[in-house]
Amino acid sequence: MHPILKLLVQRIALGLLLLFAVSAVIFLGVEALPGDTAQAILGQSATPQALENLRNQMGLDQPALTRYFNWLGGVLTGDLGKALTNGVDIAQAIGQRLGNTLFLAGCAALISVPLALILGAVAARYAGRWPDKLISGVTLTTISLPEFVAAYFVIFLLTIVIPVFQPVAMVFPGMSFWAKLQAVALPVIVLVLVVLAHMMRMTRAAILNVMQSAYIETAELKGLSPMTIIWKHAFPNAVAPIISVVAINLAYLVVGVVVVEVVFSYNALGQYLVDHVTKRDLPVVQAVGLIFAAVYIGLNIIADVTAIIANPRLRHPK
Amino acid sequence: MTDMLDWMVSRARQGKMSRREFIGRTTAMGVSTALAGALYTKAAHAEPKKGGVIRAGLAGGESTNTLDPALAASVVPQVGNAHWGEQLVDMTPDGQVEMRIAEEVSSSPDSKVWTFKIRQGVTFSNGQTVTAEDVMATFKRHTDENAQSGALGIVKGISEMKAEGDKLELTLEFPSADLPYLLTDYHLIIQPGGGYDNPNAGIGAGPYILETFEPGVRYVLQKNPNYFDSGIGHADTIEVLSINDNTARTAALQSGQVHMMNRIDPKIAELLAGAPGVEVRRAVGRGHYVFIMHVDKAPFDNNDLRMALKYGIKRQEMVDKILGGLGSVGNDFPINAAYPLFDDSIEQREYDAAKAKEYYEKSGHDGSPIMLRTAPGAFPGAVDAANLFAASAQAAGIPLQVQLEPDDGYWSNVWNVEPFCASYWGGRPVQDQMYSTAYLSTAEWNDTKFKNAKFDELLMAARAELDQDKRKAQYSEMAHIVRDEGGLILPMFNEFVAGIRSNEIAGWIDDPNAEMMNYRAPAKCWLA
Repeated sequence: MHPILKLLVQRIALGLLLLFAVSAVIFLGVEALPGDTAQAILGQSATPQALENLRNQMGLDQPALTRYFNWLGGVLTGDLGKALTNGVDIAQAIGQRLGNTLFLAGCAALISVPLALILGAVAARYAGRWPDKLISGVTLTTISLPEFVAAYFVIFLLTIVIPVFQPVAMVFPGMSFWAKLQAVALPVIVLVLVVLAHMMRMTRAAILNVMQSAYIETAELKGLSPMTIIWKHAFPNAVAPIISVVAINLAYLVVGVVVVEVVFSYNALGQYLVDHVTKRDLPVVQAVGLIFAAVYIGLNIIADVTAIIANPRLRHPK
Repeated sequence: MTDMLDWMVSRARQGKMSRREFIGRTTAMGVSTALAGALYTKAAHAEPKKGGVIRAGLAGGESTNTLDPALAASVVPQVGNAHWGEQLVDMTPDGQVEMRIAEEVSSSPDSKVWTFKIRQGVTFSNGQTVTAEDVMATFKRHTDENAQSGALGIVKGISEMKAEGDKLELTLEFPSADLPYLLTDYHLIIQPGGGYDNPNAGIGAGPYILETFEPGVRYVLQKNPNYFDSGIGHADTIEVLSINDNTARTAALQSGQVHMMNRIDPKIAELLAGAPGVEVRRAVGRGHYVFIMHVDKAPFDNNDLRMALKYGIKRQEMVDKILGGLGSVGNDFPINAAYPLFDDSIEQREYDAAKAKEYYEKSGHDGSPIMLRTAPGAFPGAVDAANLFAASAQAAGIPLQVQLEPDDGYWSNVWNVEPFCASYWGGRPVQDQMYSTAYLSTAEWNDTKFKNAKFDELLMAARAELDQDKRKAQYSEMAHIVRDEGGLILPMFNEFVAGIRSNEIAGWIDDPNAEMMNYRAPAKCWLA
């Protein structure tokens, strides 16, 4: 078997194992909470008889291990159960909201990743000079602003002062692609501002690190232009650390943007999770927790594998 | 008075009030007959415009919401339900009972047996006709513990229900002169077959028909062409968007993305009122913010200590600083002028450091810290209010201290559990309901643990009393008992502060019953 293929299989198997462990931890964590799901549904007005009926109905009288594997079986077949609070099928509710989460994250990533790489390269090319200082200064300022401050700032600027966008970013099925893009414009701007600096700084640092090497000096002596050197010679060798930072930021765009979702009333997973945590709707919390874990693990596997593929030393191990 | 006039003008405009009634009622308010006549002519000719889309951006919607009216507990479902659903009776802005599915109501002389005549020819959105049986089944479902209805306390006093032809007869366990008022509760939306088959069906007889419901996101409703009342439901489409963030909601109104919003932050109300295209509307409601003491637990079992605390709070300061002036001072009993039969001659209690000190010394309290528990979610500004209270009480020598609690679990771990905490009440349509919900000895939500035999006796007597003067005197006596002996410290009544696009929305009337014109603003307003 080709070593890369072997590695790929290994990583994915490891990821699945990790996900399995996470599912157990989530289940244990929920189990460890005082009271059970039946009690959470019936609340204050619970009579012992009603509790028992509901426990039987939900299979809560089974031992924890049986229930864990039942839940896991459900998850694997796409059956996440029903939300306690409103009886809505969780898989269905999550499906649409996950789509919205990925749409927002995707839009933000499509803008921020290329922008960060280009700005990083430019900053490295003019290291220590004014373009570098300007780029670093601006991006470090935007990352230092708390998300909600940046959000309120763009709302004020782009809906009130210059009314070009809408402050409420809800998207609905049936909206045209263009209308959706317009709706998410403001949250995308905020997310780009937030994630740009981290990726840009890593690109700059990684390229500058490689620029010290002897082969870059050779390239310079050959008379290549600085930008060609950076793209053709420095960048491919600096890509591994950049990819891992990009992966972390992409994961953040999927799982960590609750505040931005709330500020723009964007109907995606984060707000859904927060609403259900407040109401102690544990099946939903379990399901969303698992999805978030899967996204993190998945993106990290991708980052690992790409970094290996990009690195000739790892690609051709002796 | 201007609001009342506005309301009557709009009724006249909708053809709901005859010229004779209009002139009679407006002249009773001191308007000259000639002016009243002119107003009526003008109003009756200014027809509300039909058509278009009205969008409301509201705080108070969660992705955990359902369509079951029994479970509605926040504004977005309340507004949504009020559009696809219809009630037996409703409240008018001036505190009268308005006939909806019911056409007529009458009672036996002892107000124990009530008969409702059901309006004929009203249909549900699935085409079924609304019958007395549907109404009865609806009330029955709400009396069922499993339905977990918020109106259980109201309907459980009905001991017998009988549906015959177009008549529904309700027999009460105890006489109540207020039953029609109680049945205006927003949970009691009439559903086909009472909603037993599927309480979440969203099928009702309201002015609109539900098209889309996404919990915590939006309601989309289309006009019901068969609705029985042409005076309500002017826009073709209503969208209710759930926007919980204050800034986003305000920006949505300012930028015109929504036509109306609820809960303007008092801190910015004045600023927003100056913004172009936006109008801030305030309605004095019955809701109030409170600090509650358990009268059965030390040290609050001592009335002198309770009085010391009641004299140690600066009410006007709270209205100014916590509500930004958008409210009115309370007087330590849960009733204000928005209630029928309110006695406005009861002396207003003021901050009095000397009296507070005197009562505190008389109580013989040992001087150990008195803990007041509060959380940001107890009511908007609850932490600041508690700190203001502590400062003014300390100035009178009372060792009051604030303990901050987390929002999470506040209503289960602190409220109704700890002996002294911050809380709020939404108010009820009539005094009887407010008192029986929280001050009757046997009340489930008696959050001050107040037990007073004389008070209970008066409450029961007033409930059956048909002579309004006697009834008012009884309520006044009850107010005095709660004010001077109860565990309630009530510094302020809040207002419902809403915002509308001033050039785009017409027909708004400030309604004290509940937020957003008693939840019906999108149906009652029209696009100008």
